[in-house]
Amino acid sequence: MTDFEQLKRVASQVRRDIVRMVHARQSGHPGGSLGCADLMTLLYFDHLRINAPEFDMNGIGEDVFFLSNGHISPVFYSVLAHRGYFPVSELATFRAIESRLQGHPTTHEGLPGVRISSGSLGQGLSAGIGAANAKKLNRDRHLVYVLMGDGEQQEGQIWEAAMYAGSRKTDNLIALIDYNHKQIDGPVDEVMPLGDLRAKYEAFGWKVYETDGNQMDKLSEQLENCRNEAFKGFPQLILMKTEMGQGVDFMMGTHKWHGIAPNDEQLKNALSQLEETLGDY
Amino acid sequence: MMSNSKMRFRSWKKPLVIIENIEMMKFTIQNHKDTRSGFGDGLFELGQENDKVVALCADLTGSMKMDAFANAFPERFFQTGIAEANMMGIAAGMTIGGMIPFTGTFANFSTGRVYDQIRQSIAYSGKNVKICASHAGLTLGEDGATHQILEDIGLMRMLPGMTVIVPCDYNQTKAAVKAIAELNGPVYLRFGRPKVPNFTPVNQSFEIGKALVYQEGTDVTLLATGHLVWEALQAAEQLAEKGISAGVINVATIKPLDESTILEAVEKTKCVVTAEEHQQFGGLGEMVAALLTQNTPYPVEMVAVKDQFGQSGTPQELMKLYQLDAKAIVDAALKLVARK
Repeated sequence: MTDFEQLKRVASQVRRDIVRMVHARQSGHPGGSLGCADLMTLLYFDHLRINAPEFDMNGIGEDVFFLSNGHISPVFYSVLAHRGYFPVSELATFRAIESRLQGHPTTHEGLPGVRISSGSLGQGLSAGIGAANAKKLNRDRHLVYVLMGDGEQQEGQIWEAAMYAGSRKTDNLIALIDYNHKQIDGPVDEVMPLGDLRAKYEAFGWKVYETDGNQMDKLSEQLENCRNEAFKGFPQLILMKTEMGQGVDFMMGTHKWHGIAPNDEQLKNALSQLEETLGDY
Repeated sequence: MMSNSKMRFRSWKKPLVIIENIEMMKFTIQNHKDTRSGFGDGLFELGQENDKVVALCADLTGSMKMDAFANAFPERFFQTGIAEANMMGIAAGMTIGGMIPFTGTFANFSTGRVYDQIRQSIAYSGKNVKICASHAGLTLGEDGATHQILEDIGLMRMLPGMTVIVPCDYNQTKAAVKAIAELNGPVYLRFGRPKVPNFTPVNQSFEIGKALVYQEGTDVTLLATGHLVWEALQAAEQLAEKGISAGVINVATIKPLDESTILEAVEKTKCVVTAEEHQQFGGLGEMVAALLTQNTPYPVEMVAVKDQFGQSGTPQELMKLYQLDAKAIVDAALKLVARK
């Protein structure tokens, strides 16, 4: 049985890490990172069938995860570190010179847990399809997961990939969209409305689900459902409704914390709202 | 008017050409074949030898000569439709799982159109993807400038860690395809559409990073790549008739550049002509000029496209108009020798 209380404790520490990392360098993307902290914790500490802390680039015999919206690297790094892929203390080097924790994730510096570089948006879904194709050739019945942003859906390559996965029945692929309706310049509906995202993916042959991305029990149920529905001839997408900045009250309800760092006072305020559960790095 | 390829390439179809006075190798035209068929045939053989080799194509299977692979190994052939960005991303993803993906489309769709995908998902990520590009340069012919990319070598060689290979004929292209499968890392392999003289050895091995000295000279060194290698051999023959001894080197690997072979040859002739079916900016000529500037005082002439787009025409007409033929190489050599 999934211990949601323990997962919430991990997520609280992950959120502390996020605001501390971004504050330390006065640079980075806290908003989306906080919004996806519940998903990422759930994936890496419960749902994914992975061989952590062992890391193998090819990921044969385990589930594989891709972060397409690479700017939310703080949540990715924190979860990977706490899962044992690299020392938690290394989070202190986020965005610093000669760090493996680059502003956007990369394989270039050899950071365990990262399988492809991302940051220039729109590319992760294609990579996920490729990994899913490779798993089929390898007769490996593990799954491939891809997390994307909702603003990222404006990239053309996403729709090339959506068309491919639907028509080619990439049924070992589970995509998630961080559906927080916000991007750098403002609300997605103002910058470039996505229309009926569900209907669009369904038109390409995907099975689409909607769930709350900040309620781990519901999210967990949905992920399990998707695992059970895998290998049935269709790719799957979870439209995951999240709140940008979730967990820090003054960062919620606005797009303004997409890519700016808290000052000393704001950090103190944020940390007062997030329990230290695993020890700060 | 000239609708068949035999007419188009008659100047390249001398019945038997033997380069005289050569000190290294003798070349005869075995037949006329397109380099893209070297790719297709090499890929098919690779498919038989290595079950990790997979191929992806964006709606140009026939033009890329990938049919044999696609028919023989349908489970390892991935048709992406006209969606090159997605193709590059899928290829990058397939390396995760140990596959060796070969992507196939025209050179402009293989580079400029998908530069950011190659940069982030393949090059920066260090993925073992082989980007195989046909219909490069002016010899694409009648389709015109939209398709005649002349910037691709520059684009690809600027990417850290990217190996760039431009073979000269069918046999060498086929050998290069086999060789790049053995290299762990991203590769750009450039070849072309028309049937051209096939003159290098059958079943040769291809050493990545090695420039091949075809002919030694004492007056001028001709450094050529791709379709221009044959033209350089022709030019050397014409120069010999004028009493000028020209060395000919096939720079089949653009990156990493075989600096020692080039510098050694240039030390003997003290001047260089480069020849390529590419813009001067960003091409072989500029690479060689940079190498020489840092090592020698010797001058360089560049046979390349001079900051222009291409246009419709037969390959032969275009190579003449843009001065990328043996005559252009001879003229450049004469200019250099007079300057020395």
